[in-house]
Amino acid sequence: MSKRIDIQKTYKLFIDGKFPRTESGRYIKWVDSKESTIVNICRGSRKDFRNAMVAARKASGSWENRTAYNRAQILYRIGEMLEGRRDQFMAELTLQGLSKKQAENEIDQSIDRLIYYAGWADKYQQVFSRVNPVSLPYFNFTVPEPTGVVAAIAPEDTSLLGLVSIIAPVIAGGNTIVILASESHPLCSITFAEVLHTSDVPAGVVNILTGYRSELIEHFSSHMDVNAILYCGDDTEHKTLVETNAALNVKRVIQFPKQNWSQNQHQSPYHIMKSQETKTTWHPIGV
Amino acid sequence: MSKTIKWEYSPAPEGTGHIELKKQYELFIDGKFVPPKSGKYFKTINPSNEKTISKVAEADQSDVNHAVASAKKAYDKTWSKMLPKERGKYIFRIARLLQERAREFSVIETMDGGKPIRESRDVDIPLASAHFFYHAGWADKLEYAFPGRQAKPVGVAGQIIPWNFPLLMASWKLAPALATGNTVVLKPAETTPLTAMKLAEIIQEADLPPGVVNIVTGAGETGKSLVNHPDVNKIAFTGSTEVGKYIMKAVAGSGKKYTLELGGKAANIIFEDAAIDQAVEGIIDAIFFNQGHVCCAGSRLYVQEGVADEVISKLRKRMETLIVGDPLDKNTDIGAINSKMQLKKIKSYVKLGSEEGGSIYQSSCPLPKKGFWHAPTIFTDVSQSNRIVQEEIFGPVLAIQTFRTVDEVIAKANNSPYGLSGGVWTDKGSKIFKVTRDIRAGVIWANTFNKFDPASPFGGYKESGVGSEGGIEGLSGYVNLV
Repeated sequence: MSKRIDIQKTYKLFIDGKFPRTESGRYIKWVDSKESTIVNICRGSRKDFRNAMVAARKASGSWENRTAYNRAQILYRIGEMLEGRRDQFMAELTLQGLSKKQAENEIDQSIDRLIYYAGWADKYQQVFSRVNPVSLPYFNFTVPEPTGVVAAIAPEDTSLLGLVSIIAPVIAGGNTIVILASESHPLCSITFAEVLHTSDVPAGVVNILTGYRSELIEHFSSHMDVNAILYCGDDTEHKTLVETNAALNVKRVIQFPKQNWSQNQHQSPYHIMKSQETKTTWHPIGV
Repeated sequence: MSKTIKWEYSPAPEGTGHIELKKQYELFIDGKFVPPKSGKYFKTINPSNEKTISKVAEADQSDVNHAVASAKKAYDKTWSKMLPKERGKYIFRIARLLQERAREFSVIETMDGGKPIRESRDVDIPLASAHFFYHAGWADKLEYAFPGRQAKPVGVAGQIIPWNFPLLMASWKLAPALATGNTVVLKPAETTPLTAMKLAEIIQEADLPPGVVNIVTGAGETGKSLVNHPDVNKIAFTGSTEVGKYIMKAVAGSGKKYTLELGGKAANIIFEDAAIDQAVEGIIDAIFFNQGHVCCAGSRLYVQEGVADEVISKLRKRMETLIVGDPLDKNTDIGAINSKMQLKKIKSYVKLGSEEGGSIYQSSCPLPKKGFWHAPTIFTDVSQSNRIVQEEIFGPVLAIQTFRTVDEVIAKANNSPYGLSGGVWTDKGSKIFKVTRDIRAGVIWANTFNKFDPASPFGGYKESGVGSEGGIEGLSGYVNLV
């Protein structure tokens, strides 16, 4: 009897709720540390990013205007779907170099983080809204509103927990996102897209690209329809580039240094507020 | 009964005999008035008659270095060590002293900047002291502003303010910075430095520890030295989007925090079901308040088709009654344009508006011969792509368009790189909530326009800025949360 041949997975991009290959046709050969597995990862291009931006902008209005309760349930649903796919993430995380125990921890924490932000999606507005006691006969209130489309460079060293810790607060707050996955640990970022795909997250709300940071960071930070640029890492040159390009259209700059995302202090409603604007409305009181 | 009565107002000028102005103002550094190292001074003039009011020191790099060093020393040695409640009491003192001298400040503000005394007396100066009073109380209550986090001051704040609301902008910047425990180097605008220098006298009177507030006068170069100084930890800027972008690039990679209040091109939307007479009054407030030198001015008017003729005809009539002239006269509605340069810019836009095909209407008021003046101006027959619809003019010039549906007007309102403010006029509550939600801007006035308060956050979306000033949100630009 001949040995059964495995079906290997093709890793593609995640744009507008679909899984296209990169339009550029380029690939990056990814090899695990034991050199037992070779995967071809899409080397995303500027054009892929621009396509993702179109999708993210298109999805932005309706995602923002969904009820907070609905967004909360969708975030919870992502957690549910991740729970059901543990085995797949175990396999990929260990292939990417984690021990079994570490991989288990990372999956647990990623699910918990999604549930944490699911719970915030319909509460941060209450914590950060105010009625302001103005000295005029007016009713005056301030509410947070999503900034719009966030372009993000994901944490490099943790491909699942880091990715989830960035995406969850951004979309819980009603933004849409285009995120560049970890360059060195890309596998479960794309698999996470499959989780999103089955979690009622509308097309375009989350878009995930793979590719080289050094190539794409220029495009992520200079695109004129991006409202906020989020950068994870400590590369001084990259940070300066991001901050300089942000000036082109006054993007909000959000930065996270390299950190251990598993610590509880790295989840916070203040992370949601980083991609929120402040809107104040006045109306006269009278007859 | 229908006989038209022509109302003439007798002149009612505010007296200037009670104000104290020096012939020459020095820099305010380390609690003392010190001459600039270069020995250079520049004139500040009254834009309504072009007469020189005073001379003001021009700070160069070495003066800015001196100011930043004294702010840093004051932060390390005094201000950051002081009990927050004591810090608050100093700020309360400034508020009180300003209230006591409000009349003097109003007159000087009007002389130096050209705005009507009615506005400096009723808006600028009272709001400036209110800002100090409001923020003073926050000094020892910051743990309630940021639940779950500790708010730490940033250090030395470099603050650069514009010429349209000189003292008010100084208070918007100083009050939250001081309340949260920072020390400051403030640079007023070169055409309107006087009330800031008078404020320095009050700060001295209030016995604020030396170096906590330093004021350096000068133009763009002075501001540049401040932005690029390595010991400045935070930049707060109000001014043009162009300079705002320069600042973002200049501080890139430096780790400096920044808040920016930049330009605007606000949509003011009049629906058919609005109270039309009130709306017309609102249009006047939105675009002609402070000669239109307002970043949040309602400079794009959108009128629903069914009432367009009525609104525009009433607007023209109302424009005819606006009194343009001596800013010190208590009856004056529209004062002088702030500077020759600004007048030139406004005139070039008005010329451009006609060249682009717009129909112009200007009120027929006589304009004084001396000084810088511009008649209230509106354009009809313009479209979204016209430059006078897209670009900030910062003068009494309004571009008017019509619309049919809610979705259409929201799309038009948001079709701008700016997002500072907006206005909505309708008597239907549900429409107010829909439109105020959908306009992408930081401050929305419904059935009113151009209202300000220290408790009310003010800030822009998109290219109108980063961060807010006022309210709890305004504190966050001056703290690091740990």
